[in-house]
Amino acid sequence: MKYLDEFRDPDLALRLIDDISRIATKRHVLMEVCGGQTHSIIRNGIDRLLPDEIEMVHGPGCPVCVTPLETIDKALAIASRDGVIFCSFGDMLRVPGSGRDLFSVKSAGGDVRIVYSPLDAVQVARDNPDRQVVFFGIGFETTAPANAMAVYQAKQEGLTNFSMLVSHVLVPPAMRAILDSPTNRVEAFLAAGHVCSVMGYEEYDPIAEQYGTPIVVTGFEPLDLLQGIKAAVLQLEEGRAEVENAYQRAVNRVGNVPAQDMVNDVFTTIDRNWRGIGMIPRSGWALADEYRSFDAAERFTVTDIDTVESPLCHAGEVLRGTLKPDECPAFGKECTPRTPLGATMVSAEGACAAYYLYGRFQELEATP
Amino acid sequence: MCLGIPGKVIEITGEGVTRTGRVDFDGIVKEVNLAYVPEISIGDYTIVHVGFAITQLDEEAALETLAHLQELQAVEVELDPDAALAAEEAAAKGEE
Repeated sequence: MKYLDEFRDPDLALRLIDDISRIATKRHVLMEVCGGQTHSIIRNGIDRLLPDEIEMVHGPGCPVCVTPLETIDKALAIASRDGVIFCSFGDMLRVPGSGRDLFSVKSAGGDVRIVYSPLDAVQVARDNPDRQVVFFGIGFETTAPANAMAVYQAKQEGLTNFSMLVSHVLVPPAMRAILDSPTNRVEAFLAAGHVCSVMGYEEYDPIAEQYGTPIVVTGFEPLDLLQGIKAAVLQLEEGRAEVENAYQRAVNRVGNVPAQDMVNDVFTTIDRNWRGIGMIPRSGWALADEYRSFDAAERFTVTDIDTVESPLCHAGEVLRGTLKPDECPAFGKECTPRTPLGATMVSAEGACAAYYLYGRFQELEATP
Repeated sequence: MCLGIPGKVIEITGEGVTRTGRVDFDGIVKEVNLAYVPEISIGDYTIVHVGFAITQLDEEAALETLAHLQELQAVEVELDPDAALAAEEAAAKGEE
């Protein structure tokens, strides 16, 4: 595919790895924030091709992984109701709530539908005026303009049978939370490319400056990732801490202004609880007052939620970058993509799923 | 979930929040909301996420990045042809 394949050239990748090996004179710990980048790194074996000096730790950039258990349980309760069509991105269906997931609601007779775009859910609402259609609106800044547009169009059209269960999260406050943690080891960040396509990267300047942490806006293909890593390592070696853009074909400094305007109209910034991590101040978006009537959490009163996390699951430590997935005692044993104990084992962005899917599990089996 | 796929805009209809395009992803054509890329024209590349064009792909920047990377490799070959040859042999061995 044009503008993808060119950025997977193995010769150029080896050349970049060579450069990084030459630049790195001491140990450095880098975090890729985005779970999509984690999957690309593990799928392509980039973490193993890098010199021993460079350690990649995986960040919390997996929206289904950090959606609070209470919100998942709320979704399960709403999806189980008569007359409700519950629409969600496919990733969410296997995410474990307290004891069950959306798949089990579906198999018990609930009308749970996978959609590709939030606008598909709006269309389901238009097509089913006698049913309540709820969309599970999760995601980082990349997905927010799409979800905001769905609510905006529903309001414009006066669709009274559409609502959204919103659990939006933001990258910069999560970076601060990681850097503030007393157990933090991260020295530099690869910032999530497509988050920056929407938001630009000016908001990272104060973080780089305040914490002395290099932040490099990075894409998703092997050459993109290696360029980001090279730029971050170079900064660390030279004692610089700047915001750099290594994904210029998709990101500019100010981002997508029309998308930001829509997000600012529909959403408002709130404190948000992150599954496995805890409360992070001003780290989420919820529907603004003018759009409150589209909030599924208000339209459907859900009480008696009693959240229960698996005591075996270490997803929180994985999300904070303090534990590698294969270091978890339950990895590949009690916890697999078919029987996930935590959301990180499910999603196309979960770090545990990446380790399992791309062979790090087989190794575990081969080890006596 | 922040996955974004590059594709080429081949048709544009509608305007404002319902500005919609047909985008070609190497033979697979999908309908995409173009409201957030008001400047985009037919023939331009965009990055699509959950049915929305989130940015216009800067083709000039893409080509510059690739040219820069290839240049670095060319300089390497020129400065140290033996090492470059050895690297190529090693790579070829790896492929066997």
